[in-house]
Amino acid sequence: MPAYLDAAAGAPLHPVAREALLAALDDGWADPGRLYGAGRRARLLLDAARESVADSIAARPDELSFTANATQALHAAVLGTLAGNPRSNTFVHSAVEHSAVLLAAQSHVARSGHAVSVGVDELARVDAETFVAAATAAGVAAAALQAANHEVGTSQPVSALAAAIGAVPLIVDATQTIGHASVPTGWSVLAGDARTWGGPAVGLLAVRTGTRWRSPFPDDERESGRVPGVPNLPAIVAAAASLRAVEATRSAEAARHARLVQRIRTAVPELVPDVEVLGDADERLPHLVTFSCLYVDGEALLTALDRHGFAVSSGSSCTSSTLEPSHVLVAMGALTSGNLRVSLHHATTEVDVEDFLAVLPALVAEVRAELGATGL
Amino acid sequence: MIIDARGRRCPLPILDLARHIGDVEIGATITVEADDPAARPDVAAWCRMRRHELVGETTALDGTPGYVVRRRH
Repeated sequence: MPAYLDAAAGAPLHPVAREALLAALDDGWADPGRLYGAGRRARLLLDAARESVADSIAARPDELSFTANATQALHAAVLGTLAGNPRSNTFVHSAVEHSAVLLAAQSHVARSGHAVSVGVDELARVDAETFVAAATAAGVAAAALQAANHEVGTSQPVSALAAAIGAVPLIVDATQTIGHASVPTGWSVLAGDARTWGGPAVGLLAVRTGTRWRSPFPDDERESGRVPGVPNLPAIVAAAASLRAVEATRSAEAARHARLVQRIRTAVPELVPDVEVLGDADERLPHLVTFSCLYVDGEALLTALDRHGFAVSSGSSCTSSTLEPSHVLVAMGALTSGNLRVSLHHATTEVDVEDFLAVLPALVAEVRAELGATGL
Repeated sequence: MIIDARGRRCPLPILDLARHIGDVEIGATITVEADDPAARPDVAAWCRMRRHELVGETTALDGTPGYVVRRRH
């Protein structure tokens, strides 16, 4: 049976999200900034959604703004924190941050800013000592560290490093974590992504009270002045309702996902020769697993899996538009060829995982045979 | 021995390396010159997985990096 196993790129819409979205299309279409009745109803829905999501991420409602998507949240998190601390010019980040963070860093550098990338070990965990030294050096405006890596799942020591860097604002990309694991404490600015827990495209941008943050966009009074333009209220309502539903069963669901991920981590090296399973075995996201296969063209393997109805993701260079391998895999020193990321969601079953494991070995062998790699 | 893997995309450079490692004596080196950006991490990973030694990197006259591998067994 086919299975969608690329939740990290966006989970299928959670049934609660779908229901809330349809209701809010009827009820929450008006501009929540208007004072007439329909606008006031929309404002009540927006306020309720904000309170609910803020509660889930341990933020105050006035600290939380909704963005169009996660990329916009990450851009605003980085550029807004840098803009809020203009007397310092350096942005420190781990080498394995999401490309949206790295591209924001590039745009800071293009405007005469300075960026420092801190390396990771072979599990993708940031070098803590170097990170603290870099973040506490003179002239640092902000530091960024993901809660967990989006490609290999390794958790980062966010809370400990937040405490160690003191007053330097810490931007935490929790886009793969919210709805799947506990959000680490100690963040100054937090970014989230409703698509990863089964909501529609909505991003979260939370700015802790007292953090110096200035909008990198032209002035607009929406979303506490942090995100310009009318918010997509039906999507926000659906994101909030599905997060509440997902949080209610999170620990059981995380344990279920972790068992399936463990099954894949154990089974793949037994079923497929010459495989490296990547990322930390224990300190990791519960729903995501990544491995690389020697002598395998990642694109050919993705295509073969797609032919059997399995949707997964790859960090191999041949599957990217730039023909560059994933910067995460390169920073870890991992094999980039034949790379597959499998990520699970609310509707993933044990049968899906077993079916995937049943087709994978023959497909890897087929792709290797096409390359003439059999027996090497 | 030098293998020219210019223009060969991932995972072909490490396949070239695997095909020719047996052509050099144990303890001798083989260099694969590859312009694919995935070759650097992949040659290192191949050496780890196949228990050979990545000695270092050279630069060819045209600027292409060469990955020097010592056959260990």
